[in-house]
Amino acid sequence: MNIHEYQAKQLMADMGIGVLGGLVASSPQEAQEAAEKLGGSVWVVKAQIHAGGRGKAGGVKLAESLEEVEAHAKEILGRSLVTHQTGPQGKEVLKVLVEQGCRIACEYYVGIVLDRTCGRLTMMASQEGGVEIEEVAQKSPEKIIKVQISPSVGFSPSVGRKLAYGIGITEGSEVKEVTKFFKGLYALYTKYDCTAAEINPLVKTKDGQFIALDAKLNFDDNALYRHGEIEALRDPTEESAVEHEAKEHGLSYISLDGNIGCLVNGAGLAMATMDIISLHGGSPANFLDVGGSATKEAVQKAFSIILSDEKVKAILVNIFGGIMKCDIIAEGITAAAGELALKVPLVVRLEGTNVALGKKILGESGLDIIAVDDLKDAADKAVKAAKEFKKG
Amino acid sequence: MAILVNRDTKLITIGYTGKQGTFHSLQCRDYGTQFMGGVTPGKGGSMHEGSPVFNTVSEAMKETEALASMIFVPPPFAADSILECIEAGMPLIVAITEGIPVADMIRVKAALEGSHSRLIGPNCPGVITPGECKIGIMPGHIHMPGRVGVISRSGTLTYEAVYQLTQREIGQSTCVGIGGDPVGGMSFIDILKEFEADEHTDAVIMIGEIGGTAEIEAARWIQGEMSKPVVSFIAGASAPPGKRMGHAGAIISGGDDTAEAKFKVLEECGVTIARSPAELGEKIASILPE
Repeated sequence: MNIHEYQAKQLMADMGIGVLGGLVASSPQEAQEAAEKLGGSVWVVKAQIHAGGRGKAGGVKLAESLEEVEAHAKEILGRSLVTHQTGPQGKEVLKVLVEQGCRIACEYYVGIVLDRTCGRLTMMASQEGGVEIEEVAQKSPEKIIKVQISPSVGFSPSVGRKLAYGIGITEGSEVKEVTKFFKGLYALYTKYDCTAAEINPLVKTKDGQFIALDAKLNFDDNALYRHGEIEALRDPTEESAVEHEAKEHGLSYISLDGNIGCLVNGAGLAMATMDIISLHGGSPANFLDVGGSATKEAVQKAFSIILSDEKVKAILVNIFGGIMKCDIIAEGITAAAGELALKVPLVVRLEGTNVALGKKILGESGLDIIAVDDLKDAADKAVKAAKEFKKG
Repeated sequence: MAILVNRDTKLITIGYTGKQGTFHSLQCRDYGTQFMGGVTPGKGGSMHEGSPVFNTVSEAMKETEALASMIFVPPPFAADSILECIEAGMPLIVAITEGIPVADMIRVKAALEGSHSRLIGPNCPGVITPGECKIGIMPGHIHMPGRVGVISRSGTLTYEAVYQLTQREIGQSTCVGIGGDPVGGMSFIDILKEFEADEHTDAVIMIGEIGGTAEIEAARWIQGEMSKPVVSFIAGASAPPGKRMGHAGAIISGGDDTAEAKFKVLEECGVTIARSPAELGEKIASILPE
């Protein structure tokens, strides 16, 4: 799960990690009041959306008067911000963060991520702050200092020192200060079951403080059950309504650009089904994994989601029954097609547990189903059906 | 002989008396696995579906001499059950549970180091040596005894591969689902080593996915150490970037975590590539010795 920058900074402030004073606002008026309350003579107005690249897209603006704060907020709020992470349709800005300014001496990068090769957390830091870290990783990987943290030992000051010296911070009190920052970030990461933490840039101010100018935190969905306070930060306007609805039914659904709707059990087989559609010259409209133990109702929901998608010109159902029984799938499909008319060609490939019963239910449903022999045949026929349907 | 499990393997289920635990334990027993009973704290001393229930793993091991366990405990408590198995010295732990928090698995991974236990999973279908022993949730009837090993990060995609083999009357020595979570037990390389050493395995199918670099490491290991032919498919070539993993994750793997990058390295390392998941059976048939 993702949260907004202002929420991440609040969590950090609560842990004693350096952030600037800031207030969130949802109208230009509120933004001006926020700036007044914060005091000072320079503020930054920042669009709050779940995507990086806001600065380049014009979602981050410096203001030197209260009037300017209001003007910037007016310009940013309600606007659809298009960054390299939002897709071409962009994301509507509903809130801005008004933050105090600071005098920057140096910019750095710091992040924590899981190193999957060894199953340990790795803390990373770089002197190349404030720029795309992916680019640094590609062009000059030696500029990213990485330190693994042993789960049984946790964060020790030596981890902080190694990172600090690695990014050119050598002065005694500064090493101490930045180590405190790293330690706080690690504590936050482990306290809330984060899956990624990224501070870009981490800045050293002219008076020697270390402060997070930006903050990105991701949380482990599987651990949210033990962090009600994080779950409460969820912003439903940031999540696709359909994807959210699917999740509530235990389905994993991601909308894509193509025109062949897919209903599959298991994430690997769902990806493989998308792949084989692409290999046969087609294009999948979605990723949809109904999971291992879906009920008839969940399958019905899944099929309804696909039927309601106007992009869809053909549907491919690919089920390999293990725990999932083919008859449950068949019943769900039949029920959904009873509610919403099936207007596009339907290709069904069933295999595994209760396959004969599943085929019987579909056969007696009166639905016009294109029968297939195997996975290859299924992909082939779905791609052809979508092309012919488009021609009309 | 196959790898990891055979007809002599004695199994207990942790979380035996739950709905899933009961159903799949009985399925395993029906398949022919020597199922000895299970563990559910608080229900020790009772009988459930004809098999004994124990309060602790060490008690169950002592009484039944089981050397393999299957975990069906709900996600919030599953890591604790795995740790209990490690503590008790259980040699083989197969964790089926899906949705265990990453932080819990980081602790489990650390506990596995230097222990006597091997972990398969979590979030996996389990392991089966066709005709001898099934530990997990895979449909037993699609398998057939034989000489091809299968390793996979995915459940149903493994069934697809097995099905293609059985349709061609190519049997399997052992099929292992290592699971789709970012932190798990045995890796591709750990299983490949077993297959390489197993005199009853002639070739291996390895099914990977986007994300992480486990397949790349496996490819390099195959190039240097493996004498038996390997066929591989990577799922997710058509998946859009950024949907499954955050940016920080892409940094550590240096961009090697796409399907394209994995196919490329696998091919360079002498692995036979199946670009389509429908070609797995065909590719294996083409490289098997007559």
